[in-house]
Amino acid sequence: MYNHILSIILFTPLVGAILLLFVPKDNKEAIRWIANIFAFVGFLVSIPLVPWFWALVQRQDKAPFKFIEGAVNNWIPSIGAGYVLGIDGISFLLIMLTTLLGWVSILSSWTAIENRVKEYYIWFLVLQTGMLGVFMALDFFLFFVFWEAMLVPMYLLIGIWGGPRKLYAAIKFFLYTLAGSVLMLLGILFLYFNHHAVTGVYTFSIQELYKTAPHVPFHYAVWLFFAFFVGFAIKVPMFPFHTWLPDAHVEAPTAGSVILAGVLLKMGTYGFVRFSLPFFPQVLSNPATFLNVTVRGWMIGLSLVAIIYGALVSLMQKDMKKLVAYSSVSHLGFCTLGIFALTPLGLSGSVLQQINHGISTGALFLIVGILYERRHTREIAEYGGISNVMPVYATITMIMFLSSMGLPLLNGFVGEFTILQGTFMENWKWGAWAVPGVVLAAAYLLWLYQRVFFGTVTNPKNEKLHDLTPREVATFVPLIIMAFWIGLYPKPFFQILEQPVSQIVATVRPDYPQPKGAVNAEQQPASPASASATVVVPAAVVPKTAGGKQ
Amino acid sequence: MFLSHIWLIPLLPALGATLMFFFGRRLQKSSVSAVCVGVVVLAFLMACGAVWQYTAWSSTAEHLHQPYQTILYTWLGTDTGHLTYATHDGTPASLQADAGFLLDPLSSIWLLFVTGVGMLIHVYSIGYMGHEGGYYRFFGYLNLFMFSMLTLVLANNYALMFVGWEGVGLCSYLLIGFYFHRKSASDAANKAFIVNRIGDAGFLLGMFFIAWYFGSLRFVDVTAAARSGHFAIGDPIITAATLLLFVGACGKSAQLPLYVWLPDAMEGPTPVSALIHAATMVTAGVYMVARSNALFVLAPKSMMVVAVVGALTAIFAASIGLVQNDIKRVLAYSTVSQLGYMFLALGVGAFAAGVFHVFTHAFFKALLFLGAGSVIHAMSGEQDIRNMGDLAGKIPTTFRTMFVATLAIAGIPGLAGFFSKDEILWQAWKYNHYLWAIGFVTALMTAFYMFRLVYLTFYSKPRMSHEVEHHVHESPKSMTWPLVVLAFFSVTAGYLGVSPSLGGSNHFEKFLEPVFANGAETVEAPPAGEEGNRGIEYLLMVLSVAAAGAGWFMASRAYGNADKGFTEPIAAAAPPVYNTLLNKYYVDEGYDYVFTGRRKLGDVRLGTMGLGEASSWFDANIVDGAVNGAGWITRLTATLSSWWDKWIIDGIGVNGPAILARMLSYPARLFEWGLVQWYALVMTAGLVGFVFYYVYH
Amino acid sequence: MDAMLHISTLHYLVLGAALFLLGVIGVLTRRNVVIVLMSIELILNAVNLNLVALSRYWQGVYGPNALHGQVFAIFVITDAAAEAAVGLGILIAFFRNKETINVDEVNLLKW
Repeated sequence: MYNHILSIILFTPLVGAILLLFVPKDNKEAIRWIANIFAFVGFLVSIPLVPWFWALVQRQDKAPFKFIEGAVNNWIPSIGAGYVLGIDGISFLLIMLTTLLGWVSILSSWTAIENRVKEYYIWFLVLQTGMLGVFMALDFFLFFVFWEAMLVPMYLLIGIWGGPRKLYAAIKFFLYTLAGSVLMLLGILFLYFNHHAVTGVYTFSIQELYKTAPHVPFHYAVWLFFAFFVGFAIKVPMFPFHTWLPDAHVEAPTAGSVILAGVLLKMGTYGFVRFSLPFFPQVLSNPATFLNVTVRGWMIGLSLVAIIYGALVSLMQKDMKKLVAYSSVSHLGFCTLGIFALTPLGLSGSVLQQINHGISTGALFLIVGILYERRHTREIAEYGGISNVMPVYATITMIMFLSSMGLPLLNGFVGEFTILQGTFMENWKWGAWAVPGVVLAAAYLLWLYQRVFFGTVTNPKNEKLHDLTPREVATFVPLIIMAFWIGLYPKPFFQILEQPVSQIVATVRPDYPQPKGAVNAEQQPASPASASATVVVPAAVVPKTAGGKQ
Repeated sequence: MFLSHIWLIPLLPALGATLMFFFGRRLQKSSVSAVCVGVVVLAFLMACGAVWQYTAWSSTAEHLHQPYQTILYTWLGTDTGHLTYATHDGTPASLQADAGFLLDPLSSIWLLFVTGVGMLIHVYSIGYMGHEGGYYRFFGYLNLFMFSMLTLVLANNYALMFVGWEGVGLCSYLLIGFYFHRKSASDAANKAFIVNRIGDAGFLLGMFFIAWYFGSLRFVDVTAAARSGHFAIGDPIITAATLLLFVGACGKSAQLPLYVWLPDAMEGPTPVSALIHAATMVTAGVYMVARSNALFVLAPKSMMVVAVVGALTAIFAASIGLVQNDIKRVLAYSTVSQLGYMFLALGVGAFAAGVFHVFTHAFFKALLFLGAGSVIHAMSGEQDIRNMGDLAGKIPTTFRTMFVATLAIAGIPGLAGFFSKDEILWQAWKYNHYLWAIGFVTALMTAFYMFRLVYLTFYSKPRMSHEVEHHVHESPKSMTWPLVVLAFFSVTAGYLGVSPSLGGSNHFEKFLEPVFANGAETVEAPPAGEEGNRGIEYLLMVLSVAAAGAGWFMASRAYGNADKGFTEPIAAAAPPVYNTLLNKYYVDEGYDYVFTGRRKLGDVRLGTMGLGEASSWFDANIVDGAVNGAGWITRLTATLSSWWDKWIIDGIGVNGPAILARMLSYPARLFEWGLVQWYALVMTAGLVGFVFYYVYH
Repeated sequence: MDAMLHISTLHYLVLGAALFLLGVIGVLTRRNVVIVLMSIELILNAVNLNLVALSRYWQGVYGPNALHGQVFAIFVITDAAAEAAVGLGILIAFFRNKETINVDEVNLLKW
């Protein structure tokens, strides 16, 4: 089990989906039970990973990727694709988030989905496998397969079980993300052929590509960076690629929104951390400018715009789900800000904030979904005084709102604080521009809370709303526990992130001050300067830089 | 034993709050009070024990005047210290914020009065909230507040202090919005939280500057570094950091221009106003500035800003207080004004004097609010002092205790306020005569509005309806005895810090000395010329006592016999001034126009909501418009291509030859009639033909 | 003397030719598709017979390993089975649509 834990986690949901194929579609109860059991088992099988991974962290295991399965090029040797899985601290946390949220959101759909139940759960479980695969794959081919495979179930979830404008939203989501993926595919292929040109080996192995990609000369690399950037930025989504998000969220069923916000968006930020940074350090450190701003400056700038702009737009929304969707834009702005701060603090804060966002915003979508299920409207103006009729619900909502707006001792604060500090230390102005986002977050969330929960019940339709059922409470319990855990004792999370994060920083900025005996000081990937002498650079790809060759 | 467990002091109320959260709904009111008041009493006892042990500990030779620290665990960051950042000179420092607690004279003082006053207010609330719904909720929030406030006070680093800082803000929000069904209450709650958040943003940035400059967030490290002499006085980064910290203090302690939330915060239940919005939470800003005194001393410009903002706030709020009619609002503006005094003291470098005023103010202002609560209780919820009058005989305990507090705040000699306020005025005089003048006028106004309150409430003619008059009754014991205790301290607290000029030895300042020991240029007045200044000091003292007396006299003349429909002297003398003051200088309206955008300026919405509307429009029309436009162009091209494809490519290019071929092939088709066996027969015949050909050729 | 009794390769070939002829006539003349299919089987088996017989003959020339013909026969048997399955499948589909299995009524290929 230890050696194949990743495959087991990866395919458990898929097994459930296949099993569901054989259940008659009219037997809805059985379908629900099976789907929930498999979602829960999917979460359970990921639990052993925690102590095992923690043991490796305690031992200060030096391997950059752990629990590696499969071998390079073992899947389709002729093109160099392999079934290679492996995780580091970053993907470990995201995988745990995915299994947890997958279970929570499947549990939350029990009464929400009434038509085409069988297909719904099948697609959901397939989606789960796709997302897990993205975070586990160490082969670009495999990665891309999962990346695209996960698009289809999500498209169907929005398009079939969505709201009134579901087709528009689903097609927008699909085309937008697909457009980004295509550019990313081009980038992948360039790196693939470049690797062959340099080493004579065709391989999609990410760990192999790590060795050659940083030496692509700047005038190519900047386009490659751009191709990857578009792919990931659409997924995140960064300003100005974000408009599919509100539409998709508003139309998606509750569980779809939870997964979309909680996990899918993280694939973009994960892509930045896993690929954009270690592949293209030469782009991020290059002083060349476009419109007087460096590449990194653009990234930071877009993140800052997203933070403020997302919050401002959020403030003016009349639809609860849209409000939460725009707040995601703002929160993800923090995540990308932390990534492109390129400091250990910023990066680890960013990953932590991704987890936090999954927990808090996932919960916010559940919260909206609960009201929607009861009243079938998300208009804020339809509500008011809900805490009189649903006190438990109001309490849970308050906790999750506070977590989302970054109140200390809850999870959001830890992430935001670390990101802001990491960014501020790079350039105090960046930090200063991000801080109003924190104030605005309080404004739009508290205003929403006031309009929905405070006051007296004015709308007679709201008078008879029943409070949360035990099942609904159960969906929130793990999220609240996680929110408090990260808020009160985030040290284990920082420890898990320490190694991968300082490794990335060492790759991207070899000159960044590292403390003595850093976790992986001795095995940083070679820096561009030292490596150009050892790697044979063919003239076809890299015309002029091969000084050390002859 | 107490000292090593100081972390239990904030944790006890947290336990109470947690219990209320989970089980409060199912508990009897009596058990709720037992738990919630019990934990605070325990916390108070522990606090006393800890401070007592600390004084013993810090007077031993090896720990002389050292702060006591205990660290539970690393909260933010890791122990290995690999999450590094580059400080201003490029040396790596690691993110580390402990869940660690620190006890020194400064936190001792806050610890004692927060737990002490907090305990009294908890007891008072048993009576005051006895008939209200949501009893457990109220006490749960109060306990949560105690936890946050104690965390703030006991934290050993800025980050943990920020936890308490935001925590008290949250509790303030929850308690102001306690009567959440009232729109005004939830509005006030939101306002309090958001305005506080603006201050918090400043605090956060200031904290980052400190981390960037000193590489640590621990108070002891920062203070030691600041006092090490490596940093010049007037260092721009330290100035920026201190100014940003002061923005935070302005938010929390309701100073200009962020004071607007505090008067509205009176929407909360009265014990809350007493505990949070008078005695404890609003002094957090003072605490933070005093805690960072080593930094402020290095930034004279920031000190000046603190002093000027403090003085302006003092007179600004006091002038509004002159004409307010809601009993709690008068006290709220009085609080803002008194907080201004405290910042004036801090700004002129008299940290100990500022802290001393915090200490005395906590007692008499809590007493005033609790007394006001008792009055409101007696008046069946009436809060407008124009509708009161002649209550002195009907609620004697309330009257006597409130009168003591009024004397104390007005600065009548012999009571607590006199000592602390005069110390501040004297220090202000030494710093700048104009600041003293502002403080002096404020003292006059303070005496006036406080005695106005007393006369309109307790003396003059009864102006309430008969029904209300009939119901007037003294409050229950649980409410009156906290008043008595507070009244006792309102008189005596001042004697802890009698200044040398009055023959005292200022124990208070001596106690705080290790915290504020920044070197020669700060607190201590230069010994030379001390004697010469004595005369001026006495003169100023006489002047301020005279001001207090004058305020009292004017108030008694104006309101001593006020009957129904009495006229305000200011309204009679200068109506525009009166209206401006009554409408609080129209600041709220101005903010709504300019900053929040809740009011439109003509057709234009400015401020945050204006920006929000503009952004939403931009998002829907420009950004999403671009996306939809791209989709539309794609569809247009697709339509055109499809037409081209159907009629040109497929029509002429492909189907054309096909049609030609069809016409040409017509004769050949006559042979094909579709019977399989016919084809097979032809095949066979052909085959046989071939075979015969080859065989017989 | 034994020439008449010994069954030589030639006998097999003649039998195969006879079967083949029967098959071809069947395919060409019968209207019922089932019988056409059966006739096709006859043709295939005629070929099989030839293959096996000739394989036996070549074993006599090249030794026991000259088995190619027999291997081909097995291929043909497999193929025949597949063909029968597909053919009958088509037949059923055809019957469902046309309610007849007469081959002369199948003239959809006619244009």
